[in-house]
Amino acid sequence: MRFVDEFRDPEVVTRTAEEIRRLADPGRHYRFMEVCGGHTHAIYRFGLKDILPANIELIHGPGCPVCVLPMGRIDDGLILAQQPDVIFAAFGDMMRVPGTQGSPLEHKARGMDVRIVYSPSDALKLAKTNPDKHVMFFAIGFETTAPSSALTLIRAKAESIRNFSLFCNHVTIIPAIRAILDSPDMRLDAFIGPGHVSTVIGCRPYEWIAQDEGKPIVISGFEPLDILQSIVMVLRQLQAGKAKVENQYKRVVSWEGNRAALRAMAEVFQLRPYFEWRGLGFISQSALRIRDNYAECDSERRFSVPGVRVTDPKAAQCGEVLKGVLKPAQCKLFGRECTPEHPVGALMVSSEGSCAAYYNYEHRKAMATSLAWPA
Amino acid sequence: MAGLKPEAAPPDAAPRVRFRDPQIEMAHGAGGIASRRLIEGLFAPLLFGSANQPLGDSAALKIAGARLAITTDCFVVKPLSFPGGSIGELAVNGTLNDLAVSGARPESIVATFVLEAGLPTEVLEAEVRAMAEAARRAGITIVGGDTKVVEHGQADRMYITTTGVGPFLEGVHVDPRTVRPADQVLLSGPIGDHGITILLARGELDLEADLRSDTRSIFPLVEAMAQAAAPGVRWMRDPTRGGVATALNELARDCRLGIHLSEESIPVRDSVRGACELLGLDPLHIANEGQFLAVVAPEYAEMALNALHQTDGGEEAVMIGEVHQQPAGSVLITREYGGSRIIDMLVGDPLPRIC
Repeated sequence: MRFVDEFRDPEVVTRTAEEIRRLADPGRHYRFMEVCGGHTHAIYRFGLKDILPANIELIHGPGCPVCVLPMGRIDDGLILAQQPDVIFAAFGDMMRVPGTQGSPLEHKARGMDVRIVYSPSDALKLAKTNPDKHVMFFAIGFETTAPSSALTLIRAKAESIRNFSLFCNHVTIIPAIRAILDSPDMRLDAFIGPGHVSTVIGCRPYEWIAQDEGKPIVISGFEPLDILQSIVMVLRQLQAGKAKVENQYKRVVSWEGNRAALRAMAEVFQLRPYFEWRGLGFISQSALRIRDNYAECDSERRFSVPGVRVTDPKAAQCGEVLKGVLKPAQCKLFGRECTPEHPVGALMVSSEGSCAAYYNYEHRKAMATSLAWPA
Repeated sequence: MAGLKPEAAPPDAAPRVRFRDPQIEMAHGAGGIASRRLIEGLFAPLLFGSANQPLGDSAALKIAGARLAITTDCFVVKPLSFPGGSIGELAVNGTLNDLAVSGARPESIVATFVLEAGLPTEVLEAEVRAMAEAARRAGITIVGGDTKVVEHGQADRMYITTTGVGPFLEGVHVDPRTVRPADQVLLSGPIGDHGITILLARGELDLEADLRSDTRSIFPLVEAMAQAAAPGVRWMRDPTRGGVATALNELARDCRLGIHLSEESIPVRDSVRGACELLGLDPLHIANEGQFLAVVAPEYAEMALNALHQTDGGEEAVMIGEVHQQPAGSVLITREYGGSRIIDMLVGDPLPRIC
């Protein structure tokens, strides 16, 4: 299959892994953060840790939109959807995310009209085919998904579709990276930059990471070779004592980003003064709200939002894991109270969440290995 | 999955119900972890007397000296028809296949229809014809049935339950507890066709692919393999809901051994791979209706594979892995470049109601 197989070629993967071993200074411990949950998922799925030298530590970043969404927002959305004649539409990723009264899927089993859609425009289609219902699209995602939300609202307005609204939980990636870098317990050597987000925002918004913070950042694709090559590029920068923004994912990401997508976002959205991130707390100017021109499509203004605040269970250490301070398995609940089937924290829900990825692909392997070599 | 244990014993005096989920969710019917918890925690202790026996595709009955396999399966697929098949064809093939992978020769089935008032007769007739044709092709008889009609809105068009019986094949004894390290894992052909076809046939995605459900009777393949390698065939399963990963995880747990697969050896058509890449699904979790997995003793593996290759529809059969001691109870997938991952049973329900 084109655009996939050539990036998984075992021979080239092996050669690239050897190059990484050559470039990595054995006397040094490297800490690289992969910002994007898609990378976390790929790293586990393709077993990349098995072929990296032990002194390269990959730390999972905050780039999983489901994981950083506070539980109160899910409660808010589900409470709105309990009104008569409301259809709750969301991406499949949202379906098992627990609110205090259960996940959307559990609400569906109790009778709520919950639909899985693959894009916001599918939700708009639902509104057209169900004119006597109100369709609320529970929007999540970074700049990756925000443009499609924006275009959908532009179309809803143009076509005067009144039974559709969007519950906006879109967040932006740069403030999250800044929050990570501001965290005092964080010592990172470099970043593997997010691929999908960068297709929209381009590479320029990361320049401060290299210039002001002195950290290399390489925007990376999602195939095994993409990630390995990005690690090579980061190591070369470190070896040369440089820090710059590099683009490994050139086949998709341009330096300037996608201008049409950015224009659509600017037309529909503006920055919120602040927004709560699960595990990271309130971050200023880190999320999007719908502009006044589109107020009619804004669930938060169409309905009165309860504004539920939910504190995470004390024992759950999602924040520390999200910031990379703890490894998933170091959380007290990991694999016991908190499993992919019964997630306590959001990092265990999404397949892009570091806990779920670690649990699905590594946890039992680690357990089996420890059984094979009893202490 | 029939969810019946072999050699059913009378229920215990005080069965232990361990199923604690407060209500039934879609995942309990999806064939993954939740389904297994429901069967082992509620059905098995109350109905089958013990939850400790491995759950097979059929139950074994001894009636007047004859050993018969019996299985039952309910079909609620949506949409009713899709490229390559329809609910009627599935209802026959699915039950035949459960018998086949239990090592039995399908002989007869009975069918129950639950129909929603208002269902057009032509839809029903088409499905009954599809059942008759599938039975004729497989050389089995449909010997009886029952019909219930529920009010409009109380069911989704039509559901079909089929129950099949047949005698066990001579010399074939499949039981996960007989699986040993070094045994080979065989797969009859490419995976994921059925699940992805259904997903696309629902029309909820703007995706198109030239893809057909793989629904068929696999008995001819099982029979050919049994004739060539019966003493070496230790376990078989048709990886329907939950896919290859779920079937092999169940095996790993039942035999307490590790199943090692080589990622590159598992056949997946490009259209299925493409859809899975786009939708973030794993082909190993996608349902099949015309493939089966077998674990065969190493000295019989080549014979079994050759027999499959020489049978119509078995040309694409491959060896995909091997049984090891570790990681006990898990399925480990290795890539050619050395990376590996554990793959678990399906959690939740990516594609509701696909069979």
